[in-house]
Amino acid sequence: MQLNANIPDGPIAGKWDDHKAHVKLVNPANKRKFKVLVVGTGLAGASAAATLAELGYDVHVLTFHDSPRRAHSIAAQGGINAAKNYQNDGDSIYRLFYDTVKGGDFRAREANVYRLAQVSVNIIDQCVAQGVPFAREYGGLLDNRSFGGAQVSRTFYAAGQTGQQLLIGAYQALMRMVGAGKAKLWAREEMLDLVLVDGHAKGVISRNLVTGAITRHAADAVLLCTGGYGNVFFLSTNAKNSNVTATYRAYKKGAAFGNPCYTQIHPTCIPVSGDHQSKLTLMSESLRNDGRIWVPKTKGDTRKPSEIPENERDYYLERKYPSFGNLSPRDIASRAAKQVCDEGRGVGPGGLGVYLDFADAIKRLGANVVKQRYGNLFEMYERITGENPYEVPMRIYPAVHYTMGGLWVDYNLMSNIPGLHVLGEANFSDHGANRLGASALMQGLADGYFVIPYTLGHYFASFPKMNITTDHPEFVKAEEEVKGKLNRLLNIKGKRSVLSFHRELGKIMWDYCGMARTKEGLEKALELIPKLREEFWQNVTIPGSGEELNQNLEHAGRVADFLEFAELMCYDAHHRNESCGGHFREEYQTEDGEALRNDEEYSYVAAWEYTGVGNKPILHKENLEFNEVKLAVRSYK
Amino acid sequence: MKLKLHIWRQKNAATSGKMTSYEMDNVSPDMSFLEMLDVLNEKIIERGEEPVAFEHDCREGICGSCGMMINGMAHGPEKLTTTCQLHMRKFNDGDEITIEPWRAEAFPVIKDLVVDRSSFDRIIASGGYVNVNTGGVPDANAIPIGKKVADYAFNAAACIGCGACVAACPNASAMLFTSAKISHLGSLPQGQVERMDRVINMVSTMDNEGFGGCTNHLECEAACPKGISAEYIAQMNRDMMKATFTVR
Repeated sequence: MQLNANIPDGPIAGKWDDHKAHVKLVNPANKRKFKVLVVGTGLAGASAAATLAELGYDVHVLTFHDSPRRAHSIAAQGGINAAKNYQNDGDSIYRLFYDTVKGGDFRAREANVYRLAQVSVNIIDQCVAQGVPFAREYGGLLDNRSFGGAQVSRTFYAAGQTGQQLLIGAYQALMRMVGAGKAKLWAREEMLDLVLVDGHAKGVISRNLVTGAITRHAADAVLLCTGGYGNVFFLSTNAKNSNVTATYRAYKKGAAFGNPCYTQIHPTCIPVSGDHQSKLTLMSESLRNDGRIWVPKTKGDTRKPSEIPENERDYYLERKYPSFGNLSPRDIASRAAKQVCDEGRGVGPGGLGVYLDFADAIKRLGANVVKQRYGNLFEMYERITGENPYEVPMRIYPAVHYTMGGLWVDYNLMSNIPGLHVLGEANFSDHGANRLGASALMQGLADGYFVIPYTLGHYFASFPKMNITTDHPEFVKAEEEVKGKLNRLLNIKGKRSVLSFHRELGKIMWDYCGMARTKEGLEKALELIPKLREEFWQNVTIPGSGEELNQNLEHAGRVADFLEFAELMCYDAHHRNESCGGHFREEYQTEDGEALRNDEEYSYVAAWEYTGVGNKPILHKENLEFNEVKLAVRSYK
Repeated sequence: MKLKLHIWRQKNAATSGKMTSYEMDNVSPDMSFLEMLDVLNEKIIERGEEPVAFEHDCREGICGSCGMMINGMAHGPEKLTTTCQLHMRKFNDGDEITIEPWRAEAFPVIKDLVVDRSSFDRIIASGGYVNVNTGGVPDANAIPIGKKVADYAFNAAACIGCGACVAACPNASAMLFTSAKISHLGSLPQGQVERMDRVINMVSTMDNEGFGGCTNHLECEAACPKGISAEYIAQMNRDMMKATFTVR
């Protein structure tokens, strides 16, 4: 396997402009002859599909949702970063670049991150021109807020619904092209395999989720914009249908999977309330500005929080990290919560929760000020838990939120399979080992609006056009494989539901490949996962047929892929003998519990090559060079 | 809690459906409504029968996928709340709950509680956008927009496209949905150029899709989980009137 990142030469600030000036182009009259398949309609997919259709390419878009507007980008709350420096507070493209590389714990590719910072300014212009209603000042100009990991205010937002407004903007741009007949929308259509012809990605096989009809789509290029894989943990803040299938099938066809172990855990989520729990809900981290985090000092203390006197409470973040206290970074706050709960001092049902207490803030600021700052979050919390946070402390617990890993791509966003491009959270991305807040929206739209429209033409102009049709033997073979797998699933007719397998897999992953990982734990997981997978293929039950809407069959296909992918994550976490960003190995930490990187040995992207189900994948390395940013230890003292 | 559920079961669009009853016990008040249905479905699967199909995704009240008539109310009894955010503590031990799909000619049933809302996409495709290509646009701060206008546009843009407004309306009208988009774009400077064409195109698509007209019941506003105001319907009507008499 050859991994060439294709980073342009020259000084970092000029790489992208220089590259754009030299990439090959496709003549406007010829663009309509190139068919592009876009899979997924989140920020990356919808923006890419709309822009490529505007340019004149023959765009076909697949989404498994009933409408492109349902994609999970819609749920992002906080905002989108851009180096506009509208606040005159010293921001610049370089600063956004620097903050992103540092926030990623020095495990991202410099050239990509610099380009991301450069195009961030165009994104805001584009969205405003589309009518995205960002928050504004009384004078009519755009408002900004500050976000974690930055010393400037560069985050644009639309109340707590920034993702929704940006996605609807991209969705409308896409529907404009659909209405004009320039893009074809395939809704309720799930990609089940990638088709390669002579080593190039030339199409996909999909299943219509209403009729069960299998369709072969031939194209000149395929764009995967299918999001992250956080649902391998079953419980996460991801939408229920988010899955790894599209990227995992591409991996099985030879695409390298980059850094699968990098997982972001968010500290302020609403805890699990019982065995029925189906997903987790995130609350804005801003709550930690005024809330104090604590647990009882003694194990198994079941008194009401109001009955526990001050001297029997452990404000453990304030105690352990006196200078940052409750505002300690995401990973540290998350791990500290896990630790006190592991000690048996957790609160709430199941003991998996810590208090986030606003009593002092209400005393200091008054209930009205607290309401102004956090009113909508308090309401959401009450709706879900039935408890009033003005009267009793909130309970919070960390949850899986975002996955930094994904398919390996070069500077042009093309994977090691020519013609297969990967955008947004689905690629191994610009975030290194940890993503800063308000950067996911930026990356999705950067890839779709401003990167792929330039780099895709370069692929088309660099290789002879193949003009593949769907009667090619590779399509016949791929369709047979897809149908065979669906039939196999339907014919197991065992005793256990798909959901029960997914829950069990999630627990294994959370226990052994979650917030804190150990060599032994990961080895244990690598024993348990194949056993569970074997049981799945013998004992799962899926009612109904494949020729109708069958949500259990859809779920089964996704869980089958998670059951293989989970092993890949564990192999990656096991091999990386260091802690960095979202990957924390208990063996590698400083005395203060900080992640201890090993730059000498692990300053590379781990890109894994598939070798068969249950076999250890082959590791390939893309060494990361840092010429602009000096490697340093993150300090929060 | 113990509950008795009456759920609309329909195999597909071609067959007719009927209500089927299910007994539930041990329902935790902390469950969301959809988690309660998850538990029911696990029981149904255990019995070797087909589970109830319903749509859902984010379960945070923002994607607009979920939606069902609960005791005749779109998204159930709690104000400003989608079905996924409704929790069982809003019900009582021994309650009987009737669960049906959205019912409207323009939202044909696909299976059980799942309906086809692609008519909404076609309304947007007919004009619910600003006609700008990617690139070559002015700086984001080139046109100041007063906070009042920005907030008005934002409140309209908060629509999640769930279809509760249509389901709640006795005429199965999509005027709240359509007017929210028309008001969002029509109130902003960026949307002025095409304002008149937009309202005519979107309203005619809405009519052709089989949605009814508004007769001021305001059920839509009451059912909307995002609190979209029926004022936007008045705005759309004013724009429509103006567009009809404007030389375009």
